[in-house]
Amino acid sequence: MALLDVKDLGVTFATNDGTVTAVNGVSFSLERGETLGIVGESGSGKSQLSFAIMGLLAKNGRATGSVRFEGQEILNAAPAVINPLRAVHISMVFQDPMTSLNPYMRVSDQMAEVLTHHKGMSKADAVTACVRMLDAVKIPDAKGRIRLYPHEFSGGMRQRVMIAMALLCRPDLLIADEPTTALDVTVQAQIMALLRELQAEFGMATILITHDLGVIAGFCRDVMVLYGGQVMERAPVDPLFETPSHPYTRGLISAIPRVDTHGETLVTIPGTPPNMLRAPKGCPFAPRCAYAGADCDDHLAPLTAFAPGRLRACNRSLEELA
Amino acid sequence: MFSFIARRLLIAVPTLLLLIVISAVLMHAAPGGPFNSERKLPAEVVANLQAKYGLDQPLYLQIWTYIRDLVLHFDFGPSFKYKDRTVNDIIAQGFPVTLVYGFWSFVIATILGIGAGVIAAIRQNTPTDYLVLTVAIIGAVLPGYVIAPILVLVFTLKLGWLPGGGWEDGEWRYLVMPVIALSTGYIASIARLMRSSMLETLNSNFVRTARAKGLPEWKVITRHVMKPALLPILSYLGPVFVGMVTGSVVIDMYFSTGGIGKSFVDSALNRDYSVMLGVTLLVGALTILFNLIVDVLYAFIDPKIRY
Repeated sequence: MALLDVKDLGVTFATNDGTVTAVNGVSFSLERGETLGIVGESGSGKSQLSFAIMGLLAKNGRATGSVRFEGQEILNAAPAVINPLRAVHISMVFQDPMTSLNPYMRVSDQMAEVLTHHKGMSKADAVTACVRMLDAVKIPDAKGRIRLYPHEFSGGMRQRVMIAMALLCRPDLLIADEPTTALDVTVQAQIMALLRELQAEFGMATILITHDLGVIAGFCRDVMVLYGGQVMERAPVDPLFETPSHPYTRGLISAIPRVDTHGETLVTIPGTPPNMLRAPKGCPFAPRCAYAGADCDDHLAPLTAFAPGRLRACNRSLEELA
Repeated sequence: MFSFIARRLLIAVPTLLLLIVISAVLMHAAPGGPFNSERKLPAEVVANLQAKYGLDQPLYLQIWTYIRDLVLHFDFGPSFKYKDRTVNDIIAQGFPVTLVYGFWSFVIATILGIGAGVIAAIRQNTPTDYLVLTVAIIGAVLPGYVIAPILVLVFTLKLGWLPGGGWEDGEWRYLVMPVIALSTGYIASIARLMRSSMLETLNSNFVRTARAKGLPEWKVITRHVMKPALLPILSYLGPVFVGMVTGSVVIDMYFSTGGIGKSFVDSALNRDYSVMLGVTLLVGALTILFNLIVDVLYAFIDPKIRY
């Protein structure tokens, strides 16, 4: 049984302008200890996908489909079902460490409450365990600094605190939602190295959400490419970079700036992402796709396996794209 | 922290002096004076009265005398209207009354306002929320001079439960209607402020983090939401408290409580310069004091604020 099994997940938001479709029919599964990267540009629905799994959608959001964790349905589950899983079995690291920690609470209090609540530990024991975890994420002088408030930490250190907090109960699944986006480039590299190390040490399955293919390449075994709320392609990381099977993935990869080629302008994918207020009927990428035909506006082929571990959703065959 | 408080108290001195000067200039700029009345007094009498109260002197000298007496003897001077009473007497008599009903109004308004705001925010867009909002809007638009006669009509004339007015120290029956009339509007505005502040906090990223920890919603609210949501309310409560304990002319008139709110308005109508100035100073000093208290409280609540 897969650790996490997502089937036909949809997320919509009721807004004053109408219904916005953020995620549309996403299915995937994740085994224990597996690392999956979800990549997509802003508005592709990748963050909302993770919020839906955790049951953290905004009040106007609605999730449909099914999310099973160790066989148990957790999508739209009652607090009594989902709360004992949160932090204990499924943890999350958020994008913005500046605002994701409570500015009015000492780091010790925010961290320790995870253990006192879920594990029934005493406050003193919990703080000791938290200090150990802060040591594990390489915060110098953790024992002294755990008494500080979040604003007394730098951005990178705050993200380390977030990561430590997420790992306190040794979860089976860690969802990292753009964990490095808000950080300096050098700090990004440190945080990714740390995550890699912790993943190897604790062995938790990890979903890494990012718009940065470079971050994915160094961390994940599998990659899922999201566009307009739909999965375009899923593949192990090496074949994805070597022989991308989807026009969108090809565009993404060719848009990565390279130091080994001369050029004044950056390569971009022409056009803009779809307006999800009117979710396209067919392939969301069709308006920007060089290979699109009339059929692409009408329907999109379902995500199908074409090689071991590789799936793609595209109306054009691989030969046609060659 | 101590140097901050000391500095603020030091700045209060020139602030209050400036308040005296500006108030005195404005008062004297208004037409009429304390000894104008319908019955025209002989010119000699007026001149004598002016001389007795020092009104024949140039304004800057009057202000100087006032400040000197205030600083040296804590003497706010004699009332120009009530021959046998000093301003100190008037404040000493009226302020304890408004302090009592103002304090209880503040307590009630704070508790009910915050409570209603919290409940409305937690139950956002449900009938409970709409009920609180509707009542809050009605409460906000009903002025005290509408609520007061309704209260008298119901509790005094119809039910006969409460005295229609007057004041006796320590007698709660005289307290009920003034407190209801004074607090209703404040309950409404505090509730609306608290509701929007709660909603904003509930949508913040760190609350999402708290939920991701698997804490039950009540724990999320008590541990993570309440404190930040209360911060904007706190800065509102300082001036509200001062406004309440210095009374309301409507309350003092309708319920004949004899509070300082009526004295203040009377003094303005009578051009009773010294009483006007005395009450203005009291309100000014209390405002400075409570803004300072609010700022000090902030330092205890918000770790980012250090003085």
